[in-house]
Amino acid sequence: MGQITLENVTKSFGSTEVIPPLDLTIEDGEFCVFVGPSGCGKSTLLRLIAGLEDVTSGQILIDGAEATTTPPSKRGLAMVFQSYALYPHMSVRKNIAFPMRMAKIPAEEQERRIEAAARALNLTDYLDRRPGQLSGGQRQRVAIGRAIVREPAAFLFDEPLSNLDAALRVGMRLEISELHERLKTTMIYVTHDQVEAMTMADKIVVLRAGHIEQVGSPLDLYRAPRNLFVAGFIGSPKMNFIEGEEAARRGAATIGIRPEHIAVSTDSGPWAGTVSVSEHLGSDTFFHVQGTGLAETITVRADGEVGFRHGDRIHLTPRDDVIHRFDEQGLRIA
Amino acid sequence: MATKASRSAARVMMAPAVVLLLGWMLVPLTMTLFFSFKKYLPLRGDSLERGLDWVGFDNYIRFVSSSSFWPSVQTTLIMVGGVLVITVVLGILLAMLLDQPFWGQGIVRILVIAPFFVMPTVSALVWKNMFMDPVNGILAHLWRFFGAEPVLWLSDASLASIILIVSWQWLPFATLILLTAIQSLDSEQLEAAEMDGAPPQKRFWFIILPHLSRAITIVILIQTIFLLSIFAEIFVTTGGAFGTRTLTYLIFQRVVDSQNIGLGSAGGVYAIILANIVAIFLMRIVGKNLDA
Ligand SMILES: Nc1ncnc2c1ncn2[C@@H]1O[C@H](COP(=O)(O)OP(=O)(O)OP(=O)(O)O)[C@@H](O)[C@H]1O
Ligand SMILES: [Mg+2]
Repeated sequence: MGQITLENVTKSFGSTEVIPPLDLTIEDGEFCVFVGPSGCGKSTLLRLIAGLEDVTSGQILIDGAEATTTPPSKRGLAMVFQSYALYPHMSVRKNIAFPMRMAKIPAEEQERRIEAAARALNLTDYLDRRPGQLSGGQRQRVAIGRAIVREPAAFLFDEPLSNLDAALRVGMRLEISELHERLKTTMIYVTHDQVEAMTMADKIVVLRAGHIEQVGSPLDLYRAPRNLFVAGFIGSPKMNFIEGEEAARRGAATIGIRPEHIAVSTDSGPWAGTVSVSEHLGSDTFFHVQGTGLAETITVRADGEVGFRHGDRIHLTPRDDVIHRFDEQGLRIA
Repeated sequence: MATKASRSAARVMMAPAVVLLLGWMLVPLTMTLFFSFKKYLPLRGDSLERGLDWVGFDNYIRFVSSSSFWPSVQTTLIMVGGVLVITVVLGILLAMLLDQPFWGQGIVRILVIAPFFVMPTVSALVWKNMFMDPVNGILAHLWRFFGAEPVLWLSDASLASIILIVSWQWLPFATLILLTAIQSLDSEQLEAAEMDGAPPQKRFWFIILPHLSRAITIVILIQTIFLLSIFAEIFVTTGGAFGTRTLTYLIFQRVVDSQNIGLGSAGGVYAIILANIVAIFLMRIVGKNLDA
């Protein structure tokens, strides 16, 4: 079991309020991702749930039971830190055994769980090494192993992949997703990488300055962002925002159109401009188009074979059914 | 790390300092070695001009077989060991306290370091006359306040008193080194241990203490080298009486009080060997620390 509920939780450091009153429920077995720009309070929120910081006011319930003042070790949660926080003077085996040793679990049981975790995480060959002798990805797996053996009610991850290189990050992303499929344990995952958020989450919580901007499944957020902030934050490349006459014509203060929802052609289309930069990724090509008179640049995503260059004049056709409309307050118009 | 060119440049630039230090060290060292194999009693009319008698290892044998040798070794070990235990244990506690954020941190840290700036002679005199004096000392007043008979610190608890004085001088050094070591501990490690269910005393035992192990070793070795040669504190307080005669002090007495330069030099050579054994360990550990 691992249902976590935050009721009216606030957090201030001195006189600065980092988390204004906030309500959130994370269901048992859910993979919940917190995303948001740097400094928006993601780590703080996670540490409040972990019990490493005290809430200023409000309540935290774990499985319906009051846990606001429960010390971290009694909450039954396991955390994986961004720096891994392995114990450098202990072998991998001892690192993984540490929480069980603290819980006074019998030695045979400890051994059994270590073997199981090591097998699941491909660490069997490294059990007698020190953390300093491991690569970043291996350290990450040890940190996860140390979390798994406690059989926690929920896992808390604070940007666990941000210290890894791109290729390893993709691999570990899959491993964590597989782990979640297998264990079916609640996971709360903090990241500012929206690809991680989109690919791993059952539920994404978008935060800005401690406020929850929107909660929903990745596709909900992609299809129906509640406001300009979420619209700009979810999706890569970023959504194009167009104000002025073009927006007014559609009855909105701002309209948003994703780069993948604009078609390009050499001769026909309602919008026209010149290509300033084209980024060829192989599978896709991104064009940054200027001089359309709508916005400073419009980003367009096209097939990898489309080969316009800097200075080419092109025409753009937006797909009308997926244009997002926002009012003066930046809120979505249904 | 470095290129060949920069390494040879480094060698050239360090040469003057090395030569100077070597000379500084070699001259007294050879003189000590020379005297240690000679009979040299100035009061009996021996002098360099008239030439000294070669006596082989006589001085070495006599120094070790004298009845005061083993007691002095024992005193040295107790003194060095006592100071090490006190400074390391209190140093760790103080370092952990100073690591906590509190009001006036900067001033308190400077105050803690202050004893290190006081000359050994001065601090020993201050302790002797202001704290431990059986009539006017603060401790005597304190004892009398509680109706107890003042302790004659420097005669009844002489060794303990000197250990106390020396510990007071060296505590800042230990605290400072251990404080920087504690500050380099990643706070996420402590938080991870907290989440892993380790209560404070286990966090100390399993996380903080292992993290400090190297700093503690360095404190112990550096202090040992300096503590082996403690002199001023003994000289101004007990003058080597009441069981406070260390190896260093014994050598001093042989040379200055008994005017037996040959015998004292032999003792000096023993002390050099002892200090070098410690120094080798120290350099190994510090070197490893720098490589890592
Ligand atoms: N101990 C603290 N004392 C004072 N302010 C703090 C403290 N910890 C965090 N803050 C502030 O709280 C805000 C949120 O910090 P937090 O670490 O939660 O951000 P984050 O969303 O995790 O950012 P990032 O993506 O960069 O990790 C920041 O503005 C930060 O300056
Ligand atoms: Mg963070």
